[in-house]
Amino acid sequence: MTEQSQPPDLTGNRGMQQTRETLYHVVFFACAALSVVTTVGIIVALLGDALSFFGSYSIVEFLTGTQWSVLSNSFGVLPLVYGTLIVTFGSALIAMPLGLLTAIYLSEYASKQMRSVLKPMLEILAGVPTVVYGYFAIVYITPFLEATLFPSISTFNALSASIVVGIMIIPMVASISEDAMSAVPDSLRQAGYGLGATKFNVSTRIVVPAAISGIASSFILALSRAIGETMAVTLAMGSKPGLPSSLHPGELFLRPYSSMTAQMVNTINGELSGGSAAYDAVFAVGLVLFVITLVMNIVSDRIASRYREEY
Amino acid sequence: MSQENMTTSDPETTNTESDQLIDTDPGRGGLDESSGRGSVTSANTVIEARNVNVWYNDDQALNDIDMRIPKKQVTAMIGPSGCGKSTFLRCINRMNDLVDAARIEGELLFNGKNVYDSDVDPVALRRRIGMVFQHPNPFPKSIYDNVAYGLRLQGKTDNMDQRVEDALKSAALWDEVKDRLDESGTDLSGGQQQRLCIARAIAPDPEVLLMDEPASALDPVATSQVEDLIADLAEEYTVVIVTHNMQQAARISDKTAVFLTGGELVEFDDTQKIFENPESQRVEDYITGKFG
Repeated sequence: MTEQSQPPDLTGNRGMQQTRETLYHVVFFACAALSVVTTVGIIVALLGDALSFFGSYSIVEFLTGTQWSVLSNSFGVLPLVYGTLIVTFGSALIAMPLGLLTAIYLSEYASKQMRSVLKPMLEILAGVPTVVYGYFAIVYITPFLEATLFPSISTFNALSASIVVGIMIIPMVASISEDAMSAVPDSLRQAGYGLGATKFNVSTRIVVPAAISGIASSFILALSRAIGETMAVTLAMGSKPGLPSSLHPGELFLRPYSSMTAQMVNTINGELSGGSAAYDAVFAVGLVLFVITLVMNIVSDRIASRYREEY
Repeated sequence: MSQENMTTSDPETTNTESDQLIDTDPGRGGLDESSGRGSVTSANTVIEARNVNVWYNDDQALNDIDMRIPKKQVTAMIGPSGCGKSTFLRCINRMNDLVDAARIEGELLFNGKNVYDSDVDPVALRRRIGMVFQHPNPFPKSIYDNVAYGLRLQGKTDNMDQRVEDALKSAALWDEVKDRLDESGTDLSGGQQQRLCIARAIAPDPEVLLMDEPASALDPVATSQVEDLIADLAEEYTVVIVTHNMQQAARISDKTAVFLTGGELVEFDDTQKIFENPESQRVEDYITGKFG
């Protein structure tokens, strides 16, 4: 019990502190604002050029046209959409199962030491420049496929592109799915083992369902990456726009096509002057790409919140 | 509980040995009359520990445990934190196998069969010995699917609705959830979740129910509900419960084992005797709060 005749001095460094806090606030806000402004700026630029294209070219013809040819001024986007979707679909077919199984292995089966070696290696795979993947497709995958399974395969083809893009996005699926599965509380695994579940059962019936929203997110993010992938696809599949003439797998996969991104690069390379129809058409394609990716992200958010299992 | 309804036909674990786990030689349980403490006769022994020692790396967690756990009674294990009571519980259904650092010596007999024999599949063992954990851990699935999980695992899928209902009734939860079986088990209150976990554990009809401080994370009302339930469960199952709450052990158990620091089983006897007239001074000190 000390006598306190005077209230304690709690002023501290108040004035100084407040100035600093205000400064921090401004700096952090500026950083956040910069990325938002940039994004909005890109959208505005994209919309502006796309709209100027649709001023001179029918939007219906653009969306439904089956021929893309800069020389003959026909800008039907469907062949490009096909090129993008076939690679996305093919790579998903490879990356989803392999990525998920890899994630299950890393999260549930691998020893600590094994995981501490494998996971960084997997993430290195994600850091390989995409142009390297493209060369890998041309130099190794296509000749291998030609020598073994598909003698009639073209030098540039959708299958090789799908394979390399698939390999490219496996780390993304595996890494994000593994994070989601590792976050599943151990008490749920214990409950399973306590009931006499095998490791396989615990992994597939308890851990994977509990982590499903994270796994779904990893799928969608990987698909978005595949849709936007440019360099590897351009190198492996070429940039020759076209639609398959039949539903025969050889026609669907073994021929060269052009993705949206490949065509954008190709057109800009040859068409440096602004204002021409081809130049503007590229922005319209970019807008389509943007809308597809945006929709994917919204769907991913929805899935994640809808199937979130709370534990 | 008949042998017939213990047999499983689960396609996922095609081990034929599993059913032999319980086909015991009745003579084995009574080999060493002097080793069982606590006046449990060999005839009604379900679980028997013989010189069980456990280490986590170099730390000894259990020191030479000899113990006989009687059939269809509630056996409580009490003692201060770190005395090894939970470790012992997890040895019984080999949950300690999941801990890399754990090493066990000695014999732990379930109906006369050493569960650490090389021909024992822990998966099959755990289907005979259910477990309820300290914190309620329902799966993030519907109430129905929580209870059905163990049944599906063991291929007991006939009369599924009835089995789920029976288990929920046995766990005194049916009336509260019968109209919302497809809601998530994680939406229930803590006490309901724990009773759901009990329903999940007893649905496949195990012989023994291990409970690791099942009420320690619950409020007083939910605790007393779970305690009432445990008394009822002992009519059908052998219940082994770890608790740090001495009053709880006194209220609900028939036998009490007192573990003290160092992983030593100091005394094991009828609950009444332990609490009223323990033989060991250390146990008396612990019970009366002078130690621990």
